[in-house]
Amino acid sequence: MKIIPFSISAFVCILLVLVFGTKLILPAPLAVLLSPQHGVWQNAEPADVNYSMDLSFPQLKSKSEVYFDDRLVPHVFAENDEDAFFIQGYLHAKFRLWQMEFQTHAAAGRLSEIMGDKIGSLDVLNKVDRYFRRLGMGYSAEKSLRVIEADSSTRMMCDAYAAGVNAWIQSLTRSQLPLEYKLLGYQPEAWSNLKTALFIKYMAFDLAGGESDFEFTAAKNALSKIDFEALVPIRPDSLDPIVPKGTVFDAPGVVVKAPASADSLYLNFMKDTGATFPVLPMKPDKENGSNNWAVNGKKTRSGYPILCNDPHLGLNLPSLWYEMQIRTPHYNAYGATFPSAPGVIIGFNDSCAFGVTNAGRDVRDYYAIQFRDASRTSYLYNGSWRQTEFRIEHIKIKGKPEFTDTVAYTVFGPVIFDDTYANRSNDGKSYAVRWKAHDPSNEVKMFYQLDRAKNYNDYLEAIKNLHTPGQNCAFAAKNGDIAIWCQGEFPAKWKRQGDFVMPGTDSSYKWQGMIPQSENPHMLNPERNFISSANQFPADTTYPYYLGGSFPNYRGWIINKRLYQMADITPQDMMDLQTNNYNVFAEMARPVLIKNMNEAAFNADEKKYWDIFKEWNLRSDTGETAPVVFSVLWDFLEKEVWTDDLGRIKTTAVPYPSSLLEGILRDSAFKFLDNINTPQKETLPDVLAAAFKKAVPVIKKAEADGKASWAKFKDTHISHLTKLPALSRMHLPIGGGTHIINATKADHGPSWRMVVSLTPETEAYGVYPGGQNGNPGSAYYDSFIDTWANGKYYQLWIMKKGDVADKRVKFKMMFSN
Amino acid sequence: MKFAASILLTALLSFIICLYMDWWAIAIIAFVVAILIQQPPLQSFLTGFIALLLLWGGLAWWINMKNEGVLAHKMAVLLPFGGSAFLMILVTALMGALVSGCAALAGSYARKKK
Repeated sequence: MKIIPFSISAFVCILLVLVFGTKLILPAPLAVLLSPQHGVWQNAEPADVNYSMDLSFPQLKSKSEVYFDDRLVPHVFAENDEDAFFIQGYLHAKFRLWQMEFQTHAAAGRLSEIMGDKIGSLDVLNKVDRYFRRLGMGYSAEKSLRVIEADSSTRMMCDAYAAGVNAWIQSLTRSQLPLEYKLLGYQPEAWSNLKTALFIKYMAFDLAGGESDFEFTAAKNALSKIDFEALVPIRPDSLDPIVPKGTVFDAPGVVVKAPASADSLYLNFMKDTGATFPVLPMKPDKENGSNNWAVNGKKTRSGYPILCNDPHLGLNLPSLWYEMQIRTPHYNAYGATFPSAPGVIIGFNDSCAFGVTNAGRDVRDYYAIQFRDASRTSYLYNGSWRQTEFRIEHIKIKGKPEFTDTVAYTVFGPVIFDDTYANRSNDGKSYAVRWKAHDPSNEVKMFYQLDRAKNYNDYLEAIKNLHTPGQNCAFAAKNGDIAIWCQGEFPAKWKRQGDFVMPGTDSSYKWQGMIPQSENPHMLNPERNFISSANQFPADTTYPYYLGGSFPNYRGWIINKRLYQMADITPQDMMDLQTNNYNVFAEMARPVLIKNMNEAAFNADEKKYWDIFKEWNLRSDTGETAPVVFSVLWDFLEKEVWTDDLGRIKTTAVPYPSSLLEGILRDSAFKFLDNINTPQKETLPDVLAAAFKKAVPVIKKAEADGKASWAKFKDTHISHLTKLPALSRMHLPIGGGTHIINATKADHGPSWRMVVSLTPETEAYGVYPGGQNGNPGSAYYDSFIDTWANGKYYQLWIMKKGDVADKRVKFKMMFSN
Repeated sequence: MKFAASILLTALLSFIICLYMDWWAIAIIAFVVAILIQQPPLQSFLTGFIALLLLWGGLAWWINMKNEGVLAHKMAVLLPFGGSAFLMILVTALMGALVSGCAALAGSYARKKK
């Protein structure tokens, strides 16, 4: 042996192995990523992949078949419920495992465990994990899990589902792991029912977590009562509520009374103590909402009802939704499902169709807590010191020691902000959070019952299980019924209760009861022959409870206007309505803007863009320039009007989007137009001219950059959950926007579009911006996005037992035990 | 003849061992084959180098072709390959080739008599 050359070459070899195998450059070593038999090459699925296979699991009770069509939508034929849910779990995991784990890790405040405490500039530990834990996400999931598991049907559903997910996980070898595990350098863990409960709480966060109580409190301190009411009115003018104006409501079953101290301690405007308030590290998108409607047989060409729903949520890859059909001897359901939970969520069966929009009610309030001392072991409540309960959160951090957060729990709920966590307040206050999601509930039961509902009564029994997040549940049946319930378990509040932070040193500001379920606004077979909701107020001011919350009103207004006019409706008409880009907000604003714009003072650019705006057909279509002009102008107009009055409050929650529009429509001498920092009194023409002067250079630059057409300006994109552009779909050619039925913003919009005609042979259409396979290396990763962007739909194939030999069947999975 | 046979053996055994072990097992195979089939050092190095250049390069190329470039296109943006799938395949091949070549070289020196 030649020692020296041997040593050198051996040393070099080992050095290479170490360099290629180091985690110092990327979370996963380069060689592990690129090794063809282990790494990401293994995720590069052949374009002609064949999913047909025979599978056998001892957990299954009998045989089942799954037929995939060419869109990779599985049609599951099972002999019993357990097997159906096992297979659903298996398929969800097979195609979307990483997404399921990532979502539920986030909900549990466990992102630091897999991603480290910081990613770039994002402080994962403090802004995500500690926040979610302090908000009580894990705590509330555990409470709900007990209820879910106490019910035999939902226990069965979740157990079978989890068993299916775990069957898939156990079959995985390291080289078969999804791409993201390899890139991020970790492995999946076992699935549990708790994760399903956590996912539901995550949806509750997204949908029932949109309050702005701290911001409103800051605004209350800085504004007079009259000014606050003008900016945050209890009802906007142009409201067409879900349940029409004039509906008579029963006398309230729970009579609430504001505490005696409310006027002095709570509704005390313009205190302006200079107090600052905590800022929530993360808020759900304020447009989290949706459209739904149903028209009955008197309005349709077929004589049978049509139900439509498009939920508006953050647009991500993999998509929140997974399309599938589940057929058992008891029911046949088709629709959008949630990877992480069993059941069909928005869809239809052989008797009826169902869909939801967000209720948007404020079910999360804050109470100012007075601890006795820095130990936080007791707090003042009803005149004595009450003992705190502590919950210790152990937050594991990748590559670092564990972080321990000791959270104080009070009679209201967890103390989310105090000296030990992110308290920006300068008067040492601590805040407990009372969130309806903390109350145990079993939403899984709703999915169970809805999927097999045969009529209105079944639907009503099913939705009674929905406590949080409250949803406006639309229903249509083949027997002709249409209905909507603004369903949830909502606190019965006195006027403005919960809009601001409340005193927490006694019980007088607690929620005094829950609104009885039967008193939720609802409609069954109304005279106007349609029901609809688009997140607007459920009812007008005659409703005997205070409706705090966030309620955009424009989509509901335009949807109802159209539905009143329409007749002889076909499914295509409904698809056209869902993808409609008409901008009713611009329609309302344009006349008053034109009236108050001094065109004589225009330069060439200003004239050019103003003419485009004047001649606009009011549709925010992909190629139009006018929506760009209007959008930029309106943004500058809002800044021009509000900055002087509200700049010091630093919040976008105040005022409502409708406040400025309605202010200038009602009265062109709208008080806030004046810039309080200048000696002269500005008028609408002044402010408008100033805003337009600032807007035009921005529009001009957009034009120079080739972005002066609406789709390019808006730049809609569907991002991978890690936000990596390489795994995302960018620059999508789609129009629409806020206040428009086609509510597609930059990264938020219709995450599922569905139109169901309840004819004897159901005729249904659907599409979502994603694909059935969550693997970025698969052809099925983003296969629906172009169809969705173009406003097109797929006809949903409701497969029957006899269709086994149909040429639409592309793959077949046979399950047995 | 020895040269061709040792390349084939290195490639085949590397493929098989990677079905059961992590990627660096290719170094063990290259080392062992170089000991079993004695060749001058440079030839041993080339044996390991070419065997893995062909095996890893070939596998990556084949996978990429069947995948119609879908994943490589994305990965080559994410990883520092400037969007080039070809570069990604090349780097894959070179990584395996270098490790295997050096291991074979070491094997050759281990066996070589003065």
